Amino acid sequence: MSEMIATRDAYGKTLLELGRENPRVVVLDADLSGSTKTAVFGKEFPERFFNAGIAEANMVGMAAGLAAGGMIPFASTFAVFAAGRAFEQIRQSLAYPRMNVKIVATHGGITVGEDGGSHQSVEDLAIMRALPNMTVLCPADGPETEAAVRAAAAYQGPVFIRLGRSKVPVVFTEGCDFTIGRGATLRQGSDLTFITTGLMTAQALEAAAILAEENISARVVHLGSIKPLDVDLVLQAARETGAIVTAEEHSVIGGLGGAVCETLCESCPVPVERVGLRDVFGQSGLAEELLAHYGLTPAHLVEAAERVLRRK
Amino acid sequence: MLKEETVRALEQTARQLRVEILKMLNTAKSGHTGGSLSAIDVLTVLYFHQMRHDPSNPKWEDRDRFVLSKGHAAPALYACLAEAGYFSRDDLKTLRRFGSHLQGHPDMNKTPGVEVCTGSLGQGLSQAVGLAIASKLAGRSARIYSLLGDGEVQEGQIWEAAMAAAHYKLDNLCVVLDHNGLQIDGEVEKVMNVAPLGPKFLAFNWHVFEVDGHDIQAICQSLENAGEIKGQPTLIIARTVKGKGVPFFEHKASYHGVPPSDDELSRALEHLGHS
Ligand SMILES: Cc1ncc(C[n+]2csc(CCOP(=O)(O)OP(=O)(O)O)c2C)c(N)n1
Ligand SMILES: [Mg+2]
Repeated sequence: MSEMIATRDAYGKTLLELGRENPRVVVLDADLSGSTKTAVFGKEFPERFFNAGIAEANMVGMAAGLAAGGMIPFASTFAVFAAGRAFEQIRQSLAYPRMNVKIVATHGGITVGEDGGSHQSVEDLAIMRALPNMTVLCPADGPETEAAVRAAAAYQGPVFIRLGRSKVPVVFTEGCDFTIGRGATLRQGSDLTFITTGLMTAQALEAAAILAEENISARVVHLGSIKPLDVDLVLQAARETGAIVTAEEHSVIGGLGGAVCETLCESCPVPVERVGLRDVFGQSGLAEELLAHYGLTPAHLVEAAERVLRRK
Repeated sequence: MLKEETVRALEQTARQLRVEILKMLNTAKSGHTGGSLSAIDVLTVLYFHQMRHDPSNPKWEDRDRFVLSKGHAAPALYACLAEAGYFSRDDLKTLRRFGSHLQGHPDMNKTPGVEVCTGSLGQGLSQAVGLAIASKLAGRSARIYSLLGDGEVQEGQIWEAAMAAAHYKLDNLCVVLDHNGLQIDGEVEKVMNVAPLGPKFLAFNWHVFEVDGHDIQAICQSLENAGEIKGQPTLIIARTVKGKGVPFFEHKASYHGVPPSDDELSRALEHLGHS
């Protein structure tokens, strides 16, 4: 068993480090600072921490103003409220003017669990990805989150980072690199490729191990950067393995699966199976129950691999 | 004025519903304790005294309707709906479970008696405004009630809805504000001050009452008075205590989204005279 870390915890820790390194880093939250972990920063730097109250749209607007004034704002709330409630503020005040604001949205996807479908964002990657100028990241684990948050801080422009609520297995190593627009091949393979993001990457690694016992060689490519997409890596996987299974804790519409299919159908059409929520909202339940119900387990990935191989 | 025995009966119901809330949250092992307990006296009066509704016919067209804008207090709403007979009390044990009709936040398509979907704060009041307009358009005398949190009113949409309710002179809309002074990150006053609430709503052309949100008689009286107001929506600012009824949960932001442990449950039930 690998170590388990919630990506939001890694965020809180990195934010604190960034705050110590750079006085221009400021943090905003909307009454969820304990859950998003921005409270860790707020405790040490109260003068650089702004709680907007339950007012996400205003939080994003204030972040835009802070950025226009030369600060590097990180603004956090749950993914539904970040990408949803404040969508048009993100569009007009961040993406359109290319404002240097980092939206770090925690509690993405169905592993939010018991709170239910109202709180489970299955569309945030899609709507953020549709915005020109927007960079969209979805790290797999704690170490990659640290690196992604640092990369976002160093990058000039708007970034949306999707993190999760629950603890997830560590697949990267502490101190790993993160380059916006680059993916990572975590396992070599020749029969098919799992292209995954977020917590589905750990699931794909498990699935690849199961497939290996059946003498099926599955590659695992993790894309922590949904936009820009690592087009070269995706095309290489398609050419070399000839079959793709995408997997994300998100709707199959418009997120990673959408991005990969758009790329492949233009440049290298191969059979693809998309694993994700099939155009439905989530519901209450334990994270594990929901992953199983919506088909997001290693066993489901194995089935998808078998399906895609039959279409090869 | 209500008869003394009516008040006692409602108080007894509220005490029983507190027990149900605590039990279901303990069984679910997650959910919102503080804001359910602060709201339950108001909800008790609404469901068991004030509102015209028929649990055997949840879709009765002429019913009064209630919108829980602060949707995280779903346990309080579910306790009332079960007690009223919309569904079995046994269902409360399935709160937040996979497959249950009792979702973490109210879902109109799953739970009988739930009028709209809420949970994302700030959106319920607009829907209550729409319901109030629909009621008038249909020529119904039914009234629309809604419950807001005092942190929730930080959402800009609340003020857009407040403007619309007054603009359309929705005197069939009565909103109760659960003024417990706390939100998740601490005191409302310190996180993002919303005071003064009364003058704000007055300036938006609402009629405003203020009551002790745990005084059954006073709540009944203010709801009745609201019915007499013509040409304006009414806001009842209910001064409440977050976690009310369980001394070790009272006035604590830390019990906003934390359920009672087994030990806390048994101590809480003792306080409520139920063991
Ligand atoms: C739009 C939105 N933002 C954030 C949340 C998360 N949230 C749930 S409850 C809550 C605090 C609510 O405080 P208040 O309205 O005072 O409720 P109460 O004290 O009555 O529980 C927050 C921020 C939410 N549900 N919806
Ligand atoms: Mg409150």
